[in-house]
Amino acid sequence: MKAAVIVFPGSNCDRDLKVALEAQGMDVTMVWHKDTTLPDGLDFVGIPGGFSFGDYLRCGAIAAQSPICRSVVDFANKGGYVFGVCNGFQILTETGLLPGALLRNAGLKYICKTVGLKVETADSAFTSEWAKGDVINVPIAHHDGNYNADADTLARLKAEDRIAFTYTDNPNGAADDIAGILSENRRVLGMMPHPERASDEGHGSVEGAPMFKGLAGLFETA
Amino acid sequence: MQEPAITEDLIASHGFTPDEYAEVKNILGREPNYTEMGIFSAMWNEHCSYKSSKKWLRTLPTEGPQVICGPGENAGIVDIGDGQAVVFKMESHNHPSYIEPYQGAATGVGGILRDVFTMGARPIASMNALSFGEPSHHKTTQLVNGVVEGVGGYGNCFGVPCVGGEVRFHPAYNGNCLVNAFAAGLADADKIFYSAASGVGMPVVYLGAKTGRDGVGGATMASAEFDDTIEEKRPTVQVGDPFTEKRLMEATLELMATGAVISIQDMGAAGLTCSAVEMGDKGGLGVKLNLEDVPQREENMTAYEMMLSESQERMLMVLKPELEEEARAVFVKWDLDFAIVGETIEEDRFLIMHNGEMKADLPLSKLSSTAPEYDRPWVETPAAEAMDDVPEIDAIDALRALISSPNYAGKQWVYEQYDTSVMGDSVQTPGLGAGVIRVHGTDKLLAFTSDVTPRYVKANPVEGGKQAVAEAFRNLCSVGAKPLATTDNMNFGNPEKPEIMGQFVGAIKGIGAAVSALDMPIVSGNVSLYNETDGQAILPTPTIGAVGLIDHADDLIAGEVRDGHVAIVIGASQHEVGSHLGQSALLAEVFNREDGDAPAVDLDAELKAGLFIRENREMIRACSDLSDGGLALAAFEMAETAGVGVSLDPTTTAELYGEDQGRYLVACNFDQAEALFIAAGQAGVPVASVGSFGGDSVTMGGNSADLAELSAIYRTGFADAVA
Repeated sequence: MKAAVIVFPGSNCDRDLKVALEAQGMDVTMVWHKDTTLPDGLDFVGIPGGFSFGDYLRCGAIAAQSPICRSVVDFANKGGYVFGVCNGFQILTETGLLPGALLRNAGLKYICKTVGLKVETADSAFTSEWAKGDVINVPIAHHDGNYNADADTLARLKAEDRIAFTYTDNPNGAADDIAGILSENRRVLGMMPHPERASDEGHGSVEGAPMFKGLAGLFETA
Repeated sequence: MQEPAITEDLIASHGFTPDEYAEVKNILGREPNYTEMGIFSAMWNEHCSYKSSKKWLRTLPTEGPQVICGPGENAGIVDIGDGQAVVFKMESHNHPSYIEPYQGAATGVGGILRDVFTMGARPIASMNALSFGEPSHHKTTQLVNGVVEGVGGYGNCFGVPCVGGEVRFHPAYNGNCLVNAFAAGLADADKIFYSAASGVGMPVVYLGAKTGRDGVGGATMASAEFDDTIEEKRPTVQVGDPFTEKRLMEATLELMATGAVISIQDMGAAGLTCSAVEMGDKGGLGVKLNLEDVPQREENMTAYEMMLSESQERMLMVLKPELEEEARAVFVKWDLDFAIVGETIEEDRFLIMHNGEMKADLPLSKLSSTAPEYDRPWVETPAAEAMDDVPEIDAIDALRALISSPNYAGKQWVYEQYDTSVMGDSVQTPGLGAGVIRVHGTDKLLAFTSDVTPRYVKANPVEGGKQAVAEAFRNLCSVGAKPLATTDNMNFGNPEKPEIMGQFVGAIKGIGAAVSALDMPIVSGNVSLYNETDGQAILPTPTIGAVGLIDHADDLIAGEVRDGHVAIVIGASQHEVGSHLGQSALLAEVFNREDGDAPAVDLDAELKAGLFIRENREMIRACSDLSDGGLALAAFEMAETAGVGVSLDPTTTAELYGEDQGRYLVACNFDQAEALFIAAGQAGVPVASVGSFGGDSVTMGGNSADLAELSAIYRTGFADAVA
């Protein structure tokens, strides 16, 4: 399986994501934000966490305008698999690939800790290794993870089974406890928590690894 | 632009004593001009010159087979095997943080990270040791919030995990908070970069962010006491940009890989001045700078302002000229400035040109090598009187008092604002004892800790200095790490007062004895003096940052207390588990007393006990050193972390809350307790059975409370007091 991880100048979880993908046997290329095209024959694009352009304005807003993001949007629109974690989720909402926005945490402070996540749907390449209702423990580390969208969008996400994860104990004020959502075609996932930080024995938890395993498995059988 | 005339006021405001100014004139054989005076003042202030402390710092043990580079460079370097090295240092940003807490703390983190990656190391761990005034003081809440947000704001964006630190409160810090930032990085031992320039006519290159007027005179500000004009000093605080720092780090490491770097130095205190002089001085060369080529973000900056600016996220490098294009391309890629601003010259001169005009012409080697050095008068701290009149107190009531104090409550409120898991190698994050980071792509672990007990140092600087090192040693041993080396961050009051200087001298003696006996040499450090406001000094606070190595991940003592584990104290015998209450946390928090002597440190016993823990780690399920709050607090913390109750057999206040040194509390399986006792007997290490873990209550001294109730107090105590 061929994967790319996009690197913005302020990305700081790019290596973490690469390591987690490689652990599942993926062939990972790091793609610089100034590049205009993605490598050929790509199966999957990961947008890592971090502070893409410092995030002094709206998180992810500048990154969404970078040359490579146009290619990522094209890739997704053609049915490609895209995963955005933390800052990557913020960028995906800024590009319009996912609805809604990530506001400042309700407590106004940055929060880094391990939280419980409930798997709300197993119907996606990202969540197929779990059963609906499973609870996993995964770290969060963000200042702006308070997911919000208008009532219609929230209702639609729910009706279309596009809420991938919810918090068991909402840390940031997110609407409907939403921690991660899927696109309409279920091939784009954005989430605030970091499964890549819970995917190896050294992390003290491997509860995030099934996500990458599921993805890799999809392409093995394809 | 007309430069100010040199007047007595101007001389004094630059921090010169009359003697020092006379020496400047003597060196030059003339009066300095305004820019030259600024340069001298930047090099000769306490912060940059260590003029009061040098004599004593020289006495510290700095060598060992593990040491690749000791003090004197940007950071210390220690061998961790397999051709790898850990590069680390701790540095204070006290004065700026009190004036402007967010930016002061943020740029403190930025400065220490730069020190590490300037040497070719990618930062992999950070810690911060913070000291604030009493919780009820009107500035404390604002300072705590600002400093913690500043530390987090910078480190989180940069992307280095925070693995530990300290937070304390004491009225002595009401007028001066302390922000001590530690960073460690990983480098290949054969790819380390130093600051000494070499080669004549080599281009001097400016890298990173543009120069503004922020921080002009910051180092001089940090070399004086505070008084009620403090608000006027706000413009001397720099403003941090962690996004630029992150790019500067990536660009610098890429640049180093091109082979274009002859020498490199970050611009920290006294910016362009200090970095250029350092590179020239260490290389035995002169430096000529053309200031019109310096990237500037403000208009009409003078030579004086550019030479003294402490704008952040900047570096100075001596470049191999044939690789200029490759080097420039790296900085273009990262959208950072890359400007040739001067060259190395053969003569011993520091020549500053600005728009064709010579603004300074100074003998470069004289700027640092002839900086003043003082043998300040000092008096030994009077011996503290022993005390033995502590009344017996209900052990659970005492525990409630300790864990509801922000000094001993859980620090989740603080460290949950720091990214502790970025980089994907965090094995043990802040909370209890040392933080542990995996060396990326290997099976090795590095352990980090930061320790000092200022109450002890005040009562007895020598024993207090020893204790800071011993506690760091114990914290490393508690996770199974072999202590490697130490960085010291010496925070004291006004060294011109003999009693303050006596604290400094005593602490240095204690630290020196301890790092020698425990084989953890000092490889880097920083001195912050003049932490006084209106004549009131802080508690003497020599913060010790230490690093240890665990050769294989399997050797980690991970801290898994389980129901049924036996509680055993290593380092104390059954007939006297604890005795020393002088200067204890119990005295301070429960009885509001700070009297008695600091506990004595037996370095031989420390060494033996530490070795014992490491050698018997297979039998040890969890381990914590006993420090503030003694056995009672350590047992509670271990129980609380695991969510398992604990019951202790000792009953007296001294046994439960005494702070005797050299002790560890370990948890082990019931069927291994006997073997551990036998091993201790054979090793000649005192050992005592003190109780067991299990159930859902905390029982000590004949009283008991629900773990859940105490846990709630422990987890909210900090935020309730100061957030």
